[in-house]
Amino acid sequence: MTDAVAPAVTPYLAMHGVSKSYPGVQALSGVDFDVRAGEVHALVGENGAGKSTLVKILAGAIQADSGEIDIEGKPVHLSSPKAAEERGIAVIYQEFNLVPSLNVAENVMLGREPVKGLAVDRPALRAQTLAVLERLGVELPIVAEVRTLAVAQQQMVEIAKALSVNARVIIMDEPSAALTQDEVGRLFEIIRTLTKQGVAVVYISHRMDEIFTIADRITVFRDGRYVETGDAKNYTPDDIIRLMVGRTLDAHFPTLPPDPPRDKPQLSVRGATSPGRIDDVSLDVYPGEILGIAGLVGAGRTSLLRAICGADPLPKGEVRLEGSPLRLRGPHDAIAAGLALVTEDRKSQGLVLGMSVRENVTLPHLELFTHNGRVDRREEISAVAKLAAELRIRTPSIEQLARNLSGGNQQKVVLAKWLLEKAKVICFDEPTRGIDVGAKAEIYELMVGLCRGGASIIMASSELPEVLGMSMRLAVMRQGRIVHVFARGEATQESVIRFATGTAA
Amino acid sequence: MAQAAAAAGDALKRKGRASLYRIVGIIVGLVVLLVAVNVATHGDFLAPGNVLNILRQIAVNAILATGQTFVIITAGIDLSVGSLVALTGVLMAGTLAGIHTPWLAVLVAIVVGIAVGGGAGAINGTPVVKFGLPPFITTLAMMLMARGVAFMFTNGAPIEIDNAGFNDLGSGLLLPTLGRLVHIPGIPVPIVIMVAVVVAASFVLGQTRFGRYVYAIGGNEEAARLSGIAVGRVKLGVYIISGALAGLASLLLAARLNSGIPQSGLGYELQSIAAVVVGGTSLMGGRGSIGGTFVGALLIGVLYNVMNLLNVQSYAQEVVLGAVILVAVLLDELRKRYLAAR
Repeated sequence: MTDAVAPAVTPYLAMHGVSKSYPGVQALSGVDFDVRAGEVHALVGENGAGKSTLVKILAGAIQADSGEIDIEGKPVHLSSPKAAEERGIAVIYQEFNLVPSLNVAENVMLGREPVKGLAVDRPALRAQTLAVLERLGVELPIVAEVRTLAVAQQQMVEIAKALSVNARVIIMDEPSAALTQDEVGRLFEIIRTLTKQGVAVVYISHRMDEIFTIADRITVFRDGRYVETGDAKNYTPDDIIRLMVGRTLDAHFPTLPPDPPRDKPQLSVRGATSPGRIDDVSLDVYPGEILGIAGLVGAGRTSLLRAICGADPLPKGEVRLEGSPLRLRGPHDAIAAGLALVTEDRKSQGLVLGMSVRENVTLPHLELFTHNGRVDRREEISAVAKLAAELRIRTPSIEQLARNLSGGNQQKVVLAKWLLEKAKVICFDEPTRGIDVGAKAEIYELMVGLCRGGASIIMASSELPEVLGMSMRLAVMRQGRIVHVFARGEATQESVIRFATGTAA
Repeated sequence: MAQAAAAAGDALKRKGRASLYRIVGIIVGLVVLLVAVNVATHGDFLAPGNVLNILRQIAVNAILATGQTFVIITAGIDLSVGSLVALTGVLMAGTLAGIHTPWLAVLVAIVVGIAVGGGAGAINGTPVVKFGLPPFITTLAMMLMARGVAFMFTNGAPIEIDNAGFNDLGSGLLLPTLGRLVHIPGIPVPIVIMVAVVVAASFVLGQTRFGRYVYAIGGNEEAARLSGIAVGRVKLGVYIISGALAGLASLLLAARLNSGIPQSGLGYELQSIAAVVVGGTSLMGGRGSIGGTFVGALLIGVLYNVMNLLNVQSYAQEVVLGAVILVAVLLDELRKRYLAAR
């Protein structure tokens, strides 16, 4: 007999060389990732690092282009969400998959209700739910409708649901995003209860303090690639941040014009407050300036831009344009004053997809083309054709439906809406989300061009290289507040993340 | 740039041509059908008298469907128009009976009919705009209430109208000299009013800012709002238009029947929706046209007329009409999918 060798830890789940690409984007290239039974494995990386793609592949929602996935050492094919569930993989997304009008027990056992004859066996349903909740060590009102529960409780319902299908790996995507400090503590207790029973948890989060509290191991992704995996105790938060951003800035940002003189702000915000969204935000933007806004998801970037542009009401605070306070009862007032909002979701908020490029572009300023009550189509055509040429919107014709354009060209159409009548202040929310690299560069050039023309730009983005590469000054938001403003050239990826995550000293 | 504009112009023309081809196709198909029906009915169908008859019969539905088109393009619905026909009808009849100067009575009655219809439309639209209630609910409530008020006002009995000037709006003839050339006594007033309404509505929807906003709201209400469109006012506007046109349609009906009848207009809301849908307007909003709606109303009118000439039993007529609506919308959907797949 040879020496007793400690059995190599066979991970429950292992991925080898998994790749996935979308048109124009390599979302994952040859990544490795493994999960051992009973561990908490933190998966970290910036936006666009490939975490969501990986989660979707494990959930069976999409399929990898290449690579192998093993469960308990045997290769499997996760062809559908059902297949993933049968392999013991459960995902808890930020947006819960619960039926709000059904009660807790009905949600936990959804699709697997015990039956007696034709009817649902309600006593058994409740008993089984209670058993699952007991395993989790939580108490929930099991006959209460889910919509009446707090977010933290709904999350427990999701976890219970995962457990009730005998999940061996539970993937939690930003589980603490909507929780209070106390609730995060409860969540960690539940996670520890799960791991004691051999269930593994993949914990996806940006919050360093949480990761170092709960995780056994940490894997870092960057730009769709696997960087490294190691025991949490061997790292410091600074190490992880360095691994997350460890790359040179992409070179495709244009050269920004020099800082404009900062004597008279074009737009001033004072004490902007909207409960639960933004908290006492004040800022100034000068003509010809690009002010970047960074922050984690839910930090209030979008809410701030929407409030400035009248898209959401602003209960408290003031927006001043060239020194005079604006009365913003709705987008109409903002547009009339010369403020424009390029929304983060162009399909649901920026465009009427079933209308032509021409009709979309002229929508905010149709009055320019109306004479004696009639919209002059020829004038519309010549104005929009001119803009389309300037912005290099690639479309067979401006009569093409917006629906049929690529993401980058759709974004240019949204931009064109606000260039028809020169907007003074343009708020960009995620200006290049979901568009390819070439179109990104064009959008950046357009932004610089607008600045040179004297417009002010506020740009919120969750892509760090973008806010770093395109901002003259950079404000960082956290929990609804501006926590720091970097002057030009001062910000680094690490320092921005520190302020955004609240780990800055 | 000039090239781009020219290309855009070409594209518009091409689009125009495409829809022209479609319309030509429909017309050719219709002509073939009409000739066949004409043969089957031994020439009764295309007799000038019968053609005028069809147009006069569809006038009420075409006007209701025109208003309905505005509402449906914003992704709404107006279930109250049938009851509003009854309500405004009896109110107009009551007005005519109460004023003794005939010309003044006609004038006041017209104002009452259209204003009450428009006012009811405003009541339909306000909760939709202010509180986000589904239009299905608000107009359903109005449908019940307006019908009830119509019965309360008349105690359930019709009110006779003996004002000759008013009744001429329903059965009078215009341009008798021109009519004689084609061997008809003249053009019935309801047809003239219907054509005027269709032309005006077509202009408003196709050529004005308001019309563009109606399409934008139906296509993507949030994008419309963020583009600075006063979404609430436009939506309120379409319900007022629909209600006011219900008042106008009611006027034609009451004048033709020489009475205001609280039972009138039963099921008209569904007839108008049918015309809109057969005319290619999407219930999801954002797409449609008045021209399409007119063709839809015409098709339904022709169908009824043909079935009458062919002595189809009235119960069977409903079955045929239902089937035609289903097939028409199905064909339109298949056509769209075919175009989308190319």
